[in-house]
This record gives sequence, structure tokens and C-alpha cells, in this order.
Amino acid sequence: MASKTKQFQLDVEEQFRAVAGQFQTFQILNEEGELVNEAAMPDLRDEELQELMRRMVYTRILDQRSISLNRQGRLGFYAPTAGQEASQIASQFALEKEDFILPGYRDVPQIVWHGLPLSQAFLFSRGHFKGNQIPEGVNVISPQIIIGAQYVQAAGVALGMKKRGKKSVAITYTGDGGTSQGDFYEGINFAGAFKAPAIFIVQNNRFAISTPVEVQTAAGTLAQKAVAAGIPGIQVDGMDALAVYVATKEARERAVNGEGPTLIETLTYRYGPHTMAGDDPTRYRTEELDNEWELKDPLVRFRKFLENKGLWSEELENETIEQAKEDIKEAIKVADAEPKQKVTDLISIMHDEMPFNLKEQFEIYKEKESK
Amino acid sequence: MAQMTMIQAITDALRTELRNDENVLVFGEDVGVNGGVFRATENLQKEFGEERVFDTPLAESGIGGLAVGLSLQGFRPVPEIQFFGFVYEVIDSISGQLARMRYRSGGRYNAPVTIRSPFGGGVHTPELHADSLEGLMAQQPGLKVVIPSTPYDAKGLLISAIRDNDPVIFLEHMKLYRSFRQEVPEEEYSIPLGKADVKREGTDLSIITYGAMVQESIKAAEELAKEGHSVEVVDLRTISPLDIETIIASVEKTGRAIVVQEAQKQAGIAANVVSEITERAILSLDAPVLRVAAPDTVYPFSQAEQVWLPNYKDIIETATKVLKF
Repeated sequence: MASKTKQFQLDVEEQFRAVAGQFQTFQILNEEGELVNEAAMPDLRDEELQELMRRMVYTRILDQRSISLNRQGRLGFYAPTAGQEASQIASQFALEKEDFILPGYRDVPQIVWHGLPLSQAFLFSRGHFKGNQIPEGVNVISPQIIIGAQYVQAAGVALGMKKRGKKSVAITYTGDGGTSQGDFYEGINFAGAFKAPAIFIVQNNRFAISTPVEVQTAAGTLAQKAVAAGIPGIQVDGMDALAVYVATKEARERAVNGEGPTLIETLTYRYGPHTMAGDDPTRYRTEELDNEWELKDPLVRFRKFLENKGLWSEELENETIEQAKEDIKEAIKVADAEPKQKVTDLISIMHDEMPFNLKEQFEIYKEKESK
Repeated sequence: MAQMTMIQAITDALRTELRNDENVLVFGEDVGVNGGVFRATENLQKEFGEERVFDTPLAESGIGGLAVGLSLQGFRPVPEIQFFGFVYEVIDSISGQLARMRYRSGGRYNAPVTIRSPFGGGVHTPELHADSLEGLMAQQPGLKVVIPSTPYDAKGLLISAIRDNDPVIFLEHMKLYRSFRQEVPEEEYSIPLGKADVKREGTDLSIITYGAMVQESIKAAEELAKEGHSVEVVDLRTISPLDIETIIASVEKTGRAIVVQEAQKQAGIAANVVSEITERAILSLDAPVLRVAAPDTVYPFSQAEQVWLPNYKDIIETATKVLKF
């Protein structure tokens, strides 16, 4: 039934149109691997392009192996990553070693490529504290469990870098659901207010466990949430490694030049379940949607692009796959060799100086664990 | 030696550590130009500059996150939560993050953060300013919780808290800020965390307490002395971890004890102290250990607070029961 729309003095529709116009998806390679935005093509050498591909293929294998190791009971907590390689790997690829990563729990590949030994990623999965004992010189912290907590911390790391006069950035990751948290806004707002060198990445894989992004927010994009904090907000095709790379690289440059933080929304998809702990995506996603997103696959498109340039071959692909499998096998061996974690270990690493109650309890558990 | 109020002693401690260690950063809501709503950070921004003493946006969780992140860059943050009733907004950063930093990183990272915050009843604040929430903090492994009762202790304890390599919650009772002055050395000194202090010696009964209840307990002890009772007052100063040694030594000497807290009775510090006494010194006791605490309601609107808050009369009443048992 048509009714005459009342004419308001304040045209909010115009405001929505203006906002929508500001947040177009940035893309360099289309789904066919064709260069659709030549002007934006990053200045990467052939070997660097190959390395980026190699890392994505390797990470896909790592995901497949992690899932099967989990099913065999040889890994614990695991959040599958397939589908998100461009968002994860290409953003990390734009960083320097001195940059600091604050990951969410699905962001293990980024910290591995930033220097965390694979064996430690496996120990983290197994629930062993040695997995979180980041080696000196590797600038990451272990994955955050509380959604959004890493955002406020990233503002702090970035402010610290600024105070130290470092030319580096703090980068953090969350998902579409994370943008509903108060900490998401507090993090981007603090970093904006302090002009701190931070990069906030939102991997919008469309579902927070089962809740679709349309239920999270009335906002048309997640990138536009940056506007409220007064910082740049960019939406990129998160299945396009080159677009993610350029967006992150430019955000990094602005940050180290003293221009403050950037929020980057990557449009992506997780092919697998939320975690391996019993999530069943068929309860909330259709096969049609899965198929639609698999056509956008980040590896397929980048592979086509590189093959056309003569930079990728089946041989390179197989070499990478074999290398990944070999490394995984070795890393599992190292993880297996780690002595079992004890309650006394836990008591010992709680404090700089052990308080009286833990001293007493240490003796009790030392006795229990000696049996 | 200078006569100082507790708030002056706190400012003095902050100034001392800002001078001693360039990694010390003081920040929070209105702590810069304004010097804090209670003037705890008065003139510190002027003296140490905006890089070291700075205002933040108004968001407690953000302040907590900032402390976590700055620790990861090697700083020694001393954030202020404007009133401790606002702590619910930052519980994840404190209990979920700071308290677990050393453990979850296998000792790779630590969080040398001192969170200062005013709390406590009797000064007619609006809701969620006066609540005694130290029990919430003491329940979290990985945190130390410190509550000074005098200007002298406040300075020495705050200096130790800032130097501590793990997170410390430093709670400042609003009623004590300016209620009395005490001689406080201008030079630096520290008082170890986790050590109680016998504020008044006695032989017939131990009153174990902390914060603003120390003064009430001393007043009660003085009244009881007029009736011939020798009452000892033990000021815990640190409520997590507890100084078991001092508590037990006092109870073994007197054979009778009461525990006094301003907080509601349920699941509080006093209950914890009573448990420790019964587990460790039951054979030294001549009477049950009783508690003096506030009733188990939310903190009252200010018109009811004078009756709601425990006072020296309540302490005398309970002490008398134990003395006559």
C-alpha cells in the first residue's frame, strides 16, 4: 500500500547515500585473475609475488593438515583458515619484522609467517604454555580469545611505539562480529585520538560463528565504522591478495609517517567451520553461498594471475605442498618432544615473586606430580 | 619532615617514580591539565610533560587496553580509574588480560601496571563511586591488591606497587584522602607489598582490618581500653596476597579475633581471613572469629550510608561478644 512519504527537513537518506559512495570495494585482481586496476598494481618483484603465492599455498596445506591432525586427536583447539589466505597472508606480507601483531584466534598463520615456529603454534593448539612463549625478536603476542580485547591493546602497543620513536606499527585482527564490541570502537578511537601507528583489520567472513553480518549491524559496511573514530576506513576484496597487500602497505606507510591508524575491512569467507569443536556450518550457511564464495578463491585467482605471467607452475605448487607437509611433520615431532605441562609450571610462571599461598600450593602439587 | 594528607603522599609517590624511571607513564581521565578529580596528579603534567602524564578518551576498557599494550612496549603504566565503581567497564583488561599476561605468555611478557583508583563510602557520592570492590580483584589470581590506611603507608606502598613487575590494584579510600595529616618523609622509601602492619599492639583481642576501617578499629580499641581490654589492630595493607604470618602471630598471641571490612559481608576478604585463621590457628582460639561488615545489599544511596557503613560502635559490639565468649 503506497502512502505519501512525509518530507523531513533533515535528509538522512542523502546521508546514507553519501556514506555508501565513500566505501567502494578496492580490488586489483578479479575472480579470473585479471588485472582490473593496473594503476594500483604494487611494486613487487617477481620473487616476491612468488613468495606471496607460496605462503598462501603453504597455509592452505597447513589448514588441511591441522584439521586432520585435530580429527586424529593430535591437535586441540583449531579455527580453520581456508578461504581467508589473502586477508591473512597478504596483510602480514606488507609488514616489517619490527611491526607487532596482536592476532585473534583464527590468525595463527600471520604470526607463524612473522616468525613463530610452527611447533609452537601446535603447542598453542594443544593447550601447552610453551606455545605462547614467543621467542625473543618475534614481535607478536599469542592469539586473543576475548573478541575485541586485542583492539584496545593494539592502541596501546602503537602508542608505545610512537613514544619510543619507532618507525613501526601495531597490527591487529578481528572478524565481522568483533566490530560489534565496545572494545573495537574504543581501540580505533584511542588510536585515532593519539594518532598512534596502528592498523586494524576486520576480516569480514560474513558469519560470527552462525550470526550473519546483517544481524551484527545496520551499517552498510564495516569500514565505515572508522568515520566515527575520525580515521581512514577502507574496504578491500579480501580474496584478492594484491588488494589486501596494497591497502595494508599504504596503511603502514601512513602510520609510520605519523598520520595515525587505518581500519581495513577485508571481504572474505571461511570455507570451514568456526572451530573444530563441533561447529556445523550447514546449520547456518547454504551450499549456494559456499559455492558462490569458492569461485572467488584467493589461491585460484592469484595462481591464474601468476601463471599468465609465467611465474607459477604445477612444479612450484607441488614443491610448496611437499615443503609444507615436511615442515608440519617436523613441527609435530618437536611439539611431541615437549615435556607435559605441569601444575607446578603454572604456579612458577604466575608471578615475578611467588606469594606465600602459591609457595604452599607448589609443594603440594610437586608432591602430587612426583607420583 | 613534611605533614601530608594521603592525597599529597600519593602525588609525592607518583612524582618520585616519574623521576626515577622514565618508563613510568601516568594516564587516565582528567589526570593531565586538571590534575585528577581529586588532584592526585596535580602539576605532574606540568613537571613531566604530556608524553608521560596524559589524558585519555573517556573509556575505561580503552585505558586498560592501553596499559596492556604499553607494557608490551616496555613501559610501566600507572593508569587511573577515576572511581573504582567504574571498574566493571575494564574487568576484561584487568582480570582477563593484565592478570594473566605473565602466565599466558609463559613468562615472555609481564605487565608492570599499577591501577590507582579512589573508592570507599562516607563522602556522599552518587551511585557506583563508593563501592568496595576489592574482593572482586582479590579473587583474580595474578593481581596484587593494596589498600593503604595512612599517608605514610600510601607513599611507601605506591612506590613499591609501581616498581613491582606484576599488576597491582592500588585502592585509595576517598574518606582518607584529606581526613588527617601525618609526617611523611620527602625522600623516597618503600613499604613491601604483602606485609601487614600492627597499628596498635594488644594482648586480649586482634582486630584484623584494612582501609578506612583501620581508623574505626583504632577508635574502637581505644574505647575498649577504657574498659580494661587490650586490643591489637592489624592493618592488612595488602589484601592479596595476605600476610598470613602477621595475622596468625597476632591471633596466637591474643586467642581472639574479629575481622572488619567496609565491604558487604558476602564472599569478602574478611571471610577469607577467617578461613585462614581457622585452618591455621584453631587450637589457639578461645572464641569464634566474628566479622564486622556491611549488609549484603548494593551500596546504598548516600542518605543511608552512615548507618550502612560499619563504624567503631559496630566494632565494639562485635568485639565485646568475642571478648565475653
